[in-house]
Amino acid sequence: MSKASEKAKEPLFHIAKRPSMPMWKSWLIRIAAIAAALIVCAAIVVMLTDLNPIEVYVSMFNGAFGSKRKIWSLLQNIAILLCISLAVTPAFKMRFWNIGAEGQVLAGCLATAACMILIGDKLPSPVLILIMVIASIAAGALWSVIPAFFKANWNTNETLFTLMMNYVAIQLVSFFITIWENPKGSASIGIINMNSQAGWFPSLFGQKYLINIIIVAVLTVLMYIYLKYSKHGYEIAVVGESENTARYVGMNVKKVIIRTAALSGALCGVAGLLLVAGTDHTMSTETAGGQGFTAIMVSWLAKFNPLLMIFTSFLIVFLEKGASEIAMAFRLNESIADILTGIILFFIIGCEFFVNYQIIFNKKHKEGK
Amino acid sequence: MNSYPALELKKITKRFGSIVANKDVDLTVRRGEILSILGENGSGKTTLMNMISGIYYPDDGQIFIDGREVVIKSPRDAFKYKIGMIHQHFKLVDVFSAAENIVLGLSKEDSPTIKEASERVRKISEKYGFDIDPEKKIYRMSVSEKQTVEIIKVLFRGADILILDEPTAVLTPQETQKLFSVLRTMRDDGKAIIIITHKLHEVLSLSDRVAVLRKGEYINTVVTAETNEAELTEMMVGKKITLDIDRSEPKNTQDRLIINNINCLSREGIKLLDNVSFTAKGGEILGIAGIAGSGQRELLEAIAGLQRLESGEINYIDPNTGKTENLKDKTPLQIRDLGVRLSFVPEDRLGMGLVGNMDIAENMMLRSYRKGKSMFLERKKPKTLAETIIEQLEVVTPGVSTPVRKLSGGNVQKVLVGREISSSPTVLMAAYPVRGLDINSSYMIYNLLNRQKENGVAVIFVGEDLDVLLELCDRILVIGAGRVTGIVDARTAKKEEIGLLMTKTDGGAA
Repeated sequence: MSKASEKAKEPLFHIAKRPSMPMWKSWLIRIAAIAAALIVCAAIVVMLTDLNPIEVYVSMFNGAFGSKRKIWSLLQNIAILLCISLAVTPAFKMRFWNIGAEGQVLAGCLATAACMILIGDKLPSPVLILIMVIASIAAGALWSVIPAFFKANWNTNETLFTLMMNYVAIQLVSFFITIWENPKGSASIGIINMNSQAGWFPSLFGQKYLINIIIVAVLTVLMYIYLKYSKHGYEIAVVGESENTARYVGMNVKKVIIRTAALSGALCGVAGLLLVAGTDHTMSTETAGGQGFTAIMVSWLAKFNPLLMIFTSFLIVFLEKGASEIAMAFRLNESIADILTGIILFFIIGCEFFVNYQIIFNKKHKEGK
Repeated sequence: MNSYPALELKKITKRFGSIVANKDVDLTVRRGEILSILGENGSGKTTLMNMISGIYYPDDGQIFIDGREVVIKSPRDAFKYKIGMIHQHFKLVDVFSAAENIVLGLSKEDSPTIKEASERVRKISEKYGFDIDPEKKIYRMSVSEKQTVEIIKVLFRGADILILDEPTAVLTPQETQKLFSVLRTMRDDGKAIIIITHKLHEVLSLSDRVAVLRKGEYINTVVTAETNEAELTEMMVGKKITLDIDRSEPKNTQDRLIINNINCLSREGIKLLDNVSFTAKGGEILGIAGIAGSGQRELLEAIAGLQRLESGEINYIDPNTGKTENLKDKTPLQIRDLGVRLSFVPEDRLGMGLVGNMDIAENMMLRSYRKGKSMFLERKKPKTLAETIIEQLEVVTPGVSTPVRKLSGGNVQKVLVGREISSSPTVLMAAYPVRGLDINSSYMIYNLLNRQKENGVAVIFVGEDLDVLLELCDRILVIGAGRVTGIVDARTAKKEEIGLLMTKTDGGAA
């Protein structure tokens, strides 16, 4: 064997866990990540389209904040996404992988639409809206209690179960659309109660979305308090960390699972209510629009902190709005928007690695001796 | 033979975040010797060994094998340098046979057929005096047999530097003696053996030299023949401590728990507890001895209301009212509502007794959070309790808001025992409460249990170290395959006698 090959070769670097980092430093890393993402995006835009990246970013910004109407629509979208994110949070904190928010939102939509269509013109508005609230909450809760009940009693897999429930909800919605079709042959139910506006949320200060935004703002604060300071929130955290510990201290694990799933579904139902009664005044199988899944990302990115979710949901909605504006303004297809969103999210999620770990470059040992 | 030591470490340093696990550690092992590594919990023994076997990579320092500097980046590299580590937790596939487990993961070119492997396993067994059947499936094996498979696995791969991480923790006295004789044979065959252990008498009876670590720093290496228990302890702890358990005579004992013919089946219908009957008395420590997995866990969980029983009675006699309650088929909450103050230190501390990701104060709340009608949590009292426990039990922690999983094993246990004692129980059950704890913390736990006993608590102590059981307890119940094989007086019983009872199987039991 030659001497050279026997010589110890050190790896160039190795990865080690960081000592805990001050808050400002970790945020500095995150901001740096966004900056880096924008630079990479710019490079890609130039490479693929020869457009001026600054112009692209300006139009992205305009897509979100360009006009008063756009700002209100941005806030409205944030409110809905935030509401669904709040909904999935207690379930995820309990490690109950509720990926059925989509279906639970649709169940809420369906219940709201049913109330508006079937009893809309028969009751005074406050009573009607109260019934809509109860119905949508009950529908959403039911949609998530079914899988939770099976999980608690027979330990079925809630991921598959909640996922399947999505499809059931979609089919139910399309079934009722054919029943309530209006006008006939349109394959949609049109604007519900177009003339009487029965069951529509009222405009506040002339802003039709304001009531949605206020409701979600209140829910955000309540959820924060619930998770952090209530006994229920504590039970959710313990069951999520270790069911064994929960049982050991005498918690009724089944009850906690079902109760928390019900809360999660109920809030999804509220989101459905806000979508139908407060925003669209109609319903389709696309009403939830995949937000039941996007909400999972919002919740995780905020590390299940409801207050931080305001920022993460803003970020996601801003990116979506901006990206589709670029696609329109520069007559690019939707793919470029998806590429940019993808890159930015990659950097944001990836930077958490650098928050938790550091790379140590190995110094050469002194030779000789 | 080579004049270089088999393995030499120079100034090895490893940090985890802000914690320095090893700082400038020097160590030498020669061929044909057994080196013990001794140190308190959290002194960095396992971290150091993990760096030799390629699981961690050192931040600084050099490793020499036969006088040549090497870099060990992965367990594969460690194999290359003929280093084999036997971990505390076995890494075997249950449904495979011994031979299949042994060849598992070998690269294509040097992978023998199962037949050849079995043959080689037999040869290795003969050479060193192992007793193993290569065709036997792992799930049919006892703990000591599994350990044998792990040892043969590394020998099969040609290891001549062996590292054993607390190998005797799971063995009966007889099995330990057998393991030691095998290790001595291997030493005489010229292998270098490193053994990590807490038990001082094992260090003295087995090893040639002892290296002592304290708080991640290397203290010294001494020749075993020239040292004694007191000196080693002092090196380890940094100050003189006495190693006596202060056992008082039981006073005013009264029956507290009368267990009557309880039976418990596993999901597969196997009897886990078979007509178990005994009485635990207030003011007394009842020890429970037995091979791991003989039904100790089920017994304690049954009393705590966590294990369903087929039949039998668990009668609790209230020391104040004298009333008797049957606790069978009651949930932990119902038991608590009856006013039965039962505390339980389970074997699985972070998976059952505590929540690893929560801080000390939040873990205090586990027992008390239900109190009061408010829907919000009371945080002040648990925090005060946490501070009291940190102070009284000398828990080493950056603060009350540190997640308990970041604490060392001994400190985790202090938090758990502290919480369980704080509710002034009438029955205190502790399963392996000193497992993995250093001497200092172990004695602190023994003293806490003794103090509870003096306060009239019925203490049930499940232990594995027979020396400790004999020194600490008043009576010892021996359990074997789910049945009570004997109850002896701890003041007069002999270790060998208990060892025999542990393995005793009366005709009926398989």
